[in-house]
Amino acid sequence: MTVENGIGASVRRKEDQRFITGNGHYLDDINRVGQTYGYFLRSPHAFAKINNIDLAAAKAAPGVVDIFTGADMVADGIGGLICGWGITSKDGSPHNAPPHNSMAVDAVRHVGDQVAFVIAETLQQAKDAAELIEVDYEVLTPVTNISKALAPGAPQIHEEAPGNLCYDWELGDKAAVDAAFANAAHISKIDLINNRLSPNPMEPRAALGEYDAGSEELTLHTTSQNPHVARLIMSAFLGIAPENKLRVIAPDVGGGFGSKIFVYAEETTTIWAARKINRPVKWTADRSEAFLTDAHGRDHVSHAELAMDNDGKILAFRVSTQANMGAYLSTFASAVPTYLYGTLLSGQYKIPSIYVEVKAGFTNTTAVDAYRGAGRPEATYVVERMMDTAARDLGMDPTEFRLKNFIQPDAYPYETPVIMTYDSGDYPLAMNMAKEMIDYNGFAARKAQSEANGKIRGIGTAAYIEACGIAPSAAVGSLGAGVGLWESAEVRFNPTGSVTVFTGSHSHGQGHETTFAQIIADKLGVPIESVEVVHGDTSKVPFGMGTYGSRSLAVGGSAIVKAVDKIVEKSKKIAAHLMEASVEDIEHEHGVFSVAGTDKQMTMGEIAFAAYVPHNYPADLEPGMAENAFYDPLNFTFPAGTHIAEVEIDPTTGVVDIVDWAAVDDFGNIINPMIVEGQVHGGVAQGIGQALLEGVVYDDESGQLITGSYMDYCMPRADDLPNFRITTTNTPCPSNPLGVKGCGEAGAIAAPAALMNAIVNALGKDIDMPATPEKIWRAINSN
Amino acid sequence: MYSFDYERPSGVNEAVSAIREDDKFLAGGQTLLPTLKLRLAQADKLIDLSGIAELKGISVSESEVSIGAMTRHVDVANSADVKSAIPALAYLASHIGDAQVRNRGTIGGSISNNDPAADYPAALVGLGATVHTNKRSISAEDFFVDLFETALEEDELVTKVTFPVPEKAGYAKFPNPASRFALTGVFVAQTAQGVRVAVTGAGPCVFRQTDMEAALSSNFSADAVSGIKTEASGLSADIHASADYRANLISVMAARAVQAAS
Ligand SMILES: Cc1cc2nc3c(=O)[nH]c(=O)nc-3n(C[C@H](O)[C@H](O)[C@H](O)COP(=O)(O)OP(=O)(O)OC[C@H]3O[C@@H](n4cnc5c(N)ncnc54)[C@H](O)[C@@H]3O)c2cc1C
Repeated sequence: MTVENGIGASVRRKEDQRFITGNGHYLDDINRVGQTYGYFLRSPHAFAKINNIDLAAAKAAPGVVDIFTGADMVADGIGGLICGWGITSKDGSPHNAPPHNSMAVDAVRHVGDQVAFVIAETLQQAKDAAELIEVDYEVLTPVTNISKALAPGAPQIHEEAPGNLCYDWELGDKAAVDAAFANAAHISKIDLINNRLSPNPMEPRAALGEYDAGSEELTLHTTSQNPHVARLIMSAFLGIAPENKLRVIAPDVGGGFGSKIFVYAEETTTIWAARKINRPVKWTADRSEAFLTDAHGRDHVSHAELAMDNDGKILAFRVSTQANMGAYLSTFASAVPTYLYGTLLSGQYKIPSIYVEVKAGFTNTTAVDAYRGAGRPEATYVVERMMDTAARDLGMDPTEFRLKNFIQPDAYPYETPVIMTYDSGDYPLAMNMAKEMIDYNGFAARKAQSEANGKIRGIGTAAYIEACGIAPSAAVGSLGAGVGLWESAEVRFNPTGSVTVFTGSHSHGQGHETTFAQIIADKLGVPIESVEVVHGDTSKVPFGMGTYGSRSLAVGGSAIVKAVDKIVEKSKKIAAHLMEASVEDIEHEHGVFSVAGTDKQMTMGEIAFAAYVPHNYPADLEPGMAENAFYDPLNFTFPAGTHIAEVEIDPTTGVVDIVDWAAVDDFGNIINPMIVEGQVHGGVAQGIGQALLEGVVYDDESGQLITGSYMDYCMPRADDLPNFRITTTNTPCPSNPLGVKGCGEAGAIAAPAALMNAIVNALGKDIDMPATPEKIWRAINSN
Repeated sequence: MYSFDYERPSGVNEAVSAIREDDKFLAGGQTLLPTLKLRLAQADKLIDLSGIAELKGISVSESEVSIGAMTRHVDVANSADVKSAIPALAYLASHIGDAQVRNRGTIGGSISNNDPAADYPAALVGLGATVHTNKRSISAEDFFVDLFETALEEDELVTKVTFPVPEKAGYAKFPNPASRFALTGVFVAQTAQGVRVAVTGAGPCVFRQTDMEAALSSNFSADAVSGIKTEASGLSADIHASADYRANLISVMAARAVQAAS
């Protein structure tokens, strides 16, 4: 029996009506009586000492309520922002996390660093007053490039981080790798730059802080992907207020891509200031501020080498990476180039030994942290560009080379040399399906046709793997995580049979209100219209860890299933009582409870009603029908698949036309295929953006952000994208009850490597992202 | 945005007599409003030209296309008369910015602003157009002076632009991938006065490529220009394109413009 709008149905998203008709409640839509407006004066310099800040004229300006600086926060006992994941260097020392005040105290370290917070009756007045603040800067020489920052003699950004080093980390067996290289028949090498990206969610960050002097409660509305974690950090580490006096609400949030995971200076300052002035304070970033201060993504420089035997079997892999952390260590920044990166360097391949070392360092740039994929796109990019290079060096077809080295479907659980245990998958299946979809074997003929038309054709493959649903807590704890990575849920029936689901996951565009409702519809037979999904409010939902790393369904959805199981268990007892049968004889399917071997049955709605009006009810049972659950999974999930891109390049201009795209993704079981397809489209679009169009550029000398607006930072548009051929394979994930793996990041992980391999295939030479027309034109015209 | 006064006159004389130092004419606002919002510019008063009927509209005769300063890009792009008289001009207008920009932005605003990457300057210079103001008529080549600089005086208002109808014309634009302004755009026209080739986006101001004009005069074909190089020195260079690459684009776009000419 299948249930209407249940698991597997492409249900239209319930939330879209509200979003598309402009009836969503995004942060800037929320206003309060007596509200004031905050505006940050930001550093115009990449690196400078602050000798003095003169607020006198600004404070006297019309409409100004108050102006605060970093010194005021420090004086008030407010702590600095933290990094929640401790990384240990090769030599056993903990990573360097220099002080990170919400507003500058004695120095500014990137363009846009917060200097003062001006609060006024109107935003215009706040901006006018900010222009009257006189800051005496002593401008210093900045460094923005990670390799230059880690080189001897570079400007020293933090006293606490000598040589600008954050950590020097390693993973894997160096001796085994060196030995394998010493005996290898073939060695291939590659140097790669993974470009820096600006996340660009449609809604910029914003905050609304309120203080109730009577109850001494603070309420922060904020654009967060994980409001409980924000509350925890603001309470325990910054000392904004005790957790029980701090309510954090993330209302409708317009995209995040990771950038709204982090606890930032602006939101923290806003809630702190609301108490100081005892009035509501609203701060909304404009797009320029978003470019300057939303944590960026990627920015790696890597060298990789692959050792192979005479048959093209991989023997060992070694990688050395420099990772740019920006000016300060953001909330989870340290984990991205280490445990979210080094651990995925086995890719889909059987590689006997792997060694990776990562030097992370500080520069005079915006902080870098998790961005769609977070570490895993970087790993896939290194692995998959390496595989193509090796195949080219060996004169093998790149797909044949991969098929030869894949972990085979009967090898699970498979332990990699970089501490992951892959649980399930079928890599050759996805690869062969993708080749079929794009007619890989017909490529030579298409290439010849392009050549006849004066064009250069290329084809490129990426067989990616990612680790999603970041968990379990014990594992991440042993690797340095400061938090547990489980998820919470409550399933609460109302007496009339409708259901409210409270989830610790947070939707900022992913469609949880639909997907989670489908789980309830399927398991308990409640129509999805009667299921309300509540998330994002620390006073409504149980403590939750939020949404990132494609974890909402695998971890959050599993918590819902656990709560549903408890509902079913209780309902069976009630059903047994009401139908005068023994509990063992009660059978349950999709919300219908029946007595085995009879035609007696009751619906979930009837049972829920009986639980709230318990006139005839088991004596030993509590009334009511609400259950909560916390779910800590057994392992990560491992979505994997193959994407193949085909391009045609115009040699006169270097313009790349993406002529075809095949994607075969193993996401395990799928709840809503339409939403999954949308996630793949969006992810691939972002990956194409990284490969062809996007790239944060700082001026090397002044440290100014050159790509500070859409005039210079190029986001992908619909006409930059091809039609996608998309399908999935579905090996159920064995480590969660839904058998799901996570689909939110796959496209962004697979696409850059597939597309760049296609371009390199066309050009016959290496090129870095973003592969702009000029770079390609130069590659064609140089020899 | 800083605060400013606002006026909406209904005639050209009223508009020009209202303007004082530090005031600005407001046309489609597609350039002016973002710069005001970002506090990169400041005006004491905005004089909104949208109420002046005589600045709007298109008229086409056998020999000339006349476009009022306040005519929007979308109106030029969609005009059946422009499409039949100078198809390349309608095509150019249809490739400015995005639909929102074309629905607001005007020819008068575009040329008065003289953004080095704007499209219209190529058409004006390529076709040998005349810019009409409340004071005088100025040839396109004299009108565009330098980067964001025109021959306009403070109290001078563009009223219309007149384009002689060419025998043939074509425009090819290589858009800046981010902004979609012209990274390099080339307008080619075969006119009664000879062949004209105007280049926008590649340098600080629109300019004529005379080597290409000479080549096309004897042989109006793509092959005649695709091999003609432009000296890179003096061309613009930024994160999107070096001067060399822009020089290459001039050759490629010129050939495409010739190919497209009709
Ligand atoms: C996202 C975006 C993309 C764009 N892409 C392109 C593109 O691809 N190609 C392109 O060419 N342009 C592009 N533009 C610019 C667009 O064409 C604008 O319309 C144009 O630059 C200005 O026209 P406007 O009518 O909006 O003028 P406004 O912004 O109102 O005014 C511009 C300036 O001209 C002055 N002015 C206006 N009218 C007159 C007049 N009649 N006489 C004297 N002075 C006057 C104003 O005082 C002001 O200084 C783009 C703009 C945006 C926002």
